Amino acid sequence: MPKRDLISMEDLSRGDIELLLDTAESFLPVLERDIKKVPTLRGRTIINLFWEPSPRTSSSYDLAAKRLSADTLVFRGTGTGAGVNVERGEALKDTAITMDAYSPDIIIMRHPSAGACRTLSANTTASVINAGDGMHQDPTQCLLDLFALRQAFGRELKDLKVFIVGDILHSRVARSDVMGFRMLGMDVTLVAPPTLMPRGIEQMGVTVEYDLTNLKDADVVYVLRMDAERAEPGSAYLPSLREYAALWGVSRARLRPGQRVMHPGPINRGAEITADVADDDENLIAHQVFSGLAVRMAVLYRTTVGYSDTSAEEEVL
Amino acid sequence: MLTAEQMGRITTRISHEILEKNPGAPRLAVVGIHTRGAYLGARIHKTLCEIGGHDYDAGAIDISFYRDDVAARGAVGVIPGGTPQPVVQDTDLPFDIDGATVVLVDDVLFTGRTIRAAVDALFDFGRPASVQLAVLVDRGHRELPIRPDYVGKNLPTALQERIAVRVVECDGVDEVVLVRKEG
Repeated sequence: MPKRDLISMEDLSRGDIELLLDTAESFLPVLERDIKKVPTLRGRTIINLFWEPSPRTSSSYDLAAKRLSADTLVFRGTGTGAGVNVERGEALKDTAITMDAYSPDIIIMRHPSAGACRTLSANTTASVINAGDGMHQDPTQCLLDLFALRQAFGRELKDLKVFIVGDILHSRVARSDVMGFRMLGMDVTLVAPPTLMPRGIEQMGVTVEYDLTNLKDADVVYVLRMDAERAEPGSAYLPSLREYAALWGVSRARLRPGQRVMHPGPINRGAEITADVADDDENLIAHQVFSGLAVRMAVLYRTTVGYSDTSAEEEVL
Repeated sequence: MLTAEQMGRITTRISHEILEKNPGAPRLAVVGIHTRGAYLGARIHKTLCEIGGHDYDAGAIDISFYRDDVAARGAVGVIPGGTPQPVVQDTDLPFDIDGATVVLVDDVLFTGRTIRAAVDALFDFGRPASVQLAVLVDRGHRELPIRPDYVGKNLPTALQERIAVRVVECDGVDEVVLVRKEG
């Protein structure tokens, strides 16, 4: 079986997405019982390579691998260390060669540069899973978002209306979500200040709006993190964080009852989202975090056994 | 190889044998192995409760995460003539495994690897007092020291042959047929 990477949502078909979500669902009972572990990936080596600080995502992957009985190694780069940002391609190649000495089966990588995972994949025999590369993609975030949506709305997500609000331009989450949501037939609208809306994004089959006038049409409001640095002097994206919060911040007053709010974390309270919305029990934010574990187990499992059906067949056993 | 009528007689006979072998065991539980073993297990459980006059425990187990060939497997398709199967099915053991006498039920006993996986899975839920095995068909070719306690029918086969067990619940018909493996 040739190795299979998960670097972009483009690597998955609609059927693959459904299979991953179904697989994730079947891991839920494992996570609830006394022995929260299955021997599926016993003897496998999984390396977590994080060039950006992200303790939550890396621990989610680490725990997912451990629940499947794999051995895990966690490497945390600072992102500013020598040889990491400088001459990226070559440094990464050397990292890959070093990692390969441990014969890993899967390398999970987060990296500040788009495309870094492809470079890594070209230089290792391990399957590469992208845990976020620059402004490019974060496929497991999209899958866990879909999983949380399925838990809330049922299996059929077609025609569900989602508004993604915030810094679309810098967001890999938005890029992965748009692809995945569209593949499942959801109706996606992007809302951002013009400076933070990528040009030509309409070509991905989404509606583009520049204010929150129509927000109440949404079934789901997906709020993206607004980094304070976008409003720093000289950044030219936003006059101020306060102005962003006033015009694009998602608050109770802008929502109608029944709308479900999502956020990939970490939340910047008072900027993109008000505290009362972030704390509301009706939002799906905690579901998203929980979904992450089951979905990442599913991705590790499918990366190893393949994306076809593997139910018990007596001809094999 | 087996008709619906014969299959019905076999599940009834196995139910009687289970009761005979476990006289007065109150903590008897029937656990089927997905997919078809689960349906057969449910039938045996039903008959067992009727003739034993007791509400025995029942469950089903999926062994996908316990297989020993996770590495070796490439793409494996759907069984020819079978219905497409869901990915991984529910493991449902709604009773206390600790101290129970568990009868595992599967459709075909072949290499014994499925049973090894099922026993491992079972022990992640508790420590049964004993584990017994009931199979509809034993086709031989064991690769592990596993022996069934209850056998519906022994069907000696060649390695390249395949036994297809079909059940009404997912195939629309009750039958056991011999198919030659293509390729």
